[in-house]
Amino acid sequence: MAAHKPRLAVFKFASCDGCQLSLLDCEDEFLALAGAVEIAYFPEASSTMAKGPYDLALVEGSITTAHDAQRILKIRRQSKRLITIGACATAGGIQALRNFADAQEMLASVYASPHYISTLAKSTPIALHVPVDFELPGCPVNKAELLEVLSAFLIGRKPVIGAHSVCMDCKARGTPCVLVQGTPCLGPVTHAGCGAICPAYRRGCYGCFGPMEQPNTASLATVWAKTGATKRDIHRAFRGITAAAPAFAKEGDAHDG
Amino acid sequence: MGEEYRLTLAGLQALLDALGARGYHILGPRLRDEAIIYDEVTKLADLPAGWTDRQEAGQYRMERRADNALFGYALGPQAWRRFLQPPRHTLWRARRADPAADDFDILPADTAPPKFAFLGVRACELHAISIQDRILRDNAYADASYTARRAEAFFIAVNCGMAGGTCFCASMGTGPTAQTGYDLALTELLDATRHEFLIRAGSARGAALLAILPHTPANEADRAQEAAILADTAQHMGRTLETNGLKERLQANLEDPHWDEIATRCLSCGNCTMVCPTCFCTTLEDHTNLAGTEAVREQRWDSCFTLDFSYIHGDSVRAGIAARYRHWLTHKLANWVDQFGEMGCVGCGRCLTWCPAAIDITAEAAAIGRATHDQEDQHGNA
Repeated sequence: MAAHKPRLAVFKFASCDGCQLSLLDCEDEFLALAGAVEIAYFPEASSTMAKGPYDLALVEGSITTAHDAQRILKIRRQSKRLITIGACATAGGIQALRNFADAQEMLASVYASPHYISTLAKSTPIALHVPVDFELPGCPVNKAELLEVLSAFLIGRKPVIGAHSVCMDCKARGTPCVLVQGTPCLGPVTHAGCGAICPAYRRGCYGCFGPMEQPNTASLATVWAKTGATKRDIHRAFRGITAAAPAFAKEGDAHDG
Repeated sequence: MGEEYRLTLAGLQALLDALGARGYHILGPRLRDEAIIYDEVTKLADLPAGWTDRQEAGQYRMERRADNALFGYALGPQAWRRFLQPPRHTLWRARRADPAADDFDILPADTAPPKFAFLGVRACELHAISIQDRILRDNAYADASYTARRAEAFFIAVNCGMAGGTCFCASMGTGPTAQTGYDLALTELLDATRHEFLIRAGSARGAALLAILPHTPANEADRAQEAAILADTAQHMGRTLETNGLKERLQANLEDPHWDEIATRCLSCGNCTMVCPTCFCTTLEDHTNLAGTEAVREQRWDSCFTLDFSYIHGDSVRAGIAARYRHWLTHKLANWVDQFGEMGCVGCGRCLTWCPAAIDITAEAAAIGRATHDQEDQHGNA
């Protein structure tokens, strides 16, 4: 066993902070985490910001500026293990909607003085810039899954995070399939992890956790069309929180215009 | 089958009361989330009186009936399996005082198994449970949790007064009449003049319970009415499956291009396996706590439609959707016979109804090998 506690760092890129908040939201378990690691760098939780190197880095957010693209390289060099958390860090986030439009035009329509804004044309996931040891999807990440990943890395085992559909979790929960009952739902192509919340409240899945393993998005789009969804509905469904995830981006493109 | 008796609605309530008094947790059909689901039932008012289901491949809708039948639907989305083999449960826990210590204590997790009474079990479902018994209970590697839950469970079958649009139990020889595996079996007799049940006992404990309920002997007219209802149900199956030569045809056509065509539609979401009453696959998950002092081993439902399911040393054996669908269908309808001596399908139709992509096992099974057969026919005719 190491003589010192593993040093944990939490970094933020373009994001809403919600995934970091999931960590703070752990409450009782957060005390256990504070006991198991040295929280060396976590600006959201503590004003103590110790320098690297770190044993474990959690990275939230996507890369949207040239400065961010440099900063992540430095963080990677300082981190023994790097885990990305959330839809922004793993897929580019909702801000990746810019990837399908003219970013400069968007800036001009939002900001009075767009020349003050320095930004990249695309929002990209961390793994496109540096090697990542584990990606945990979600908007936000599920705190139980986050604790599972942390516990696994601390003890040196593989995290138990399934890449199956939301449907399997709906069935385990005992929720009748809302899609079969006529409500458009992205569950059959979406990565599990949220606990299948929306269908339990009679809503279709919004795809917050991004694509599951081998998603058959084309077939799901056909199913949606049969429920009465228009081409535009299908396009917008895939242009959501994880729009830039390749499988969803491709299906969104197929229903564009 | 035991002697038939007539049971009034008050008699049915007396049955629920008697089961409750004997410590049973009664689970039966209830209307929730616009579906018939199985949940706690203590009084007749809990039952979905006057509701029925309209089912097609990939479609399920609740509708009002013209009468107040309590069991006037075909089949809900959930199999009883979720109570006998829960979607997730803890097998054991381990604890050590010091994360650096090598030795640890194993703690048992499950307490005494719950004592369930299942109300409204369909013939196909009883058959499915007998199939799961063979796999999970009656073999050298019995599942202790399943065996314990199964031993306590009390089964009240309800013969089917209607067939659903995706039902094909008549093809599989598993319904619509409960033949065995029940403690008590009911048939709902409902017309303009009466709302009663025909009841018979299928076990000693069923007979013992029936003896204390208010009941009267059934007459020929009752039996004739029941026979007519069940014959009508058998004749109105929404689907049929030709089982003659099916196993051989499936096993001889593993490279049929139709498997690839199915894969363009199959979502690989796993829904069919989750609703199937005979699917039994589980996986094990080991979790540890942050301090490294506690571990828990959990068993949860798994599906042959995930990549992890066939992951062996670096990759998944069934890497594509076509291979996974083929594995599932050929297991159910062919390889299960080699493995367990019967088919792993009871014709309940849940995999059709609850497939979002409306993939129909009866149609796909009929299509596999068809091209080959057609060619052979042409050669034969030439």
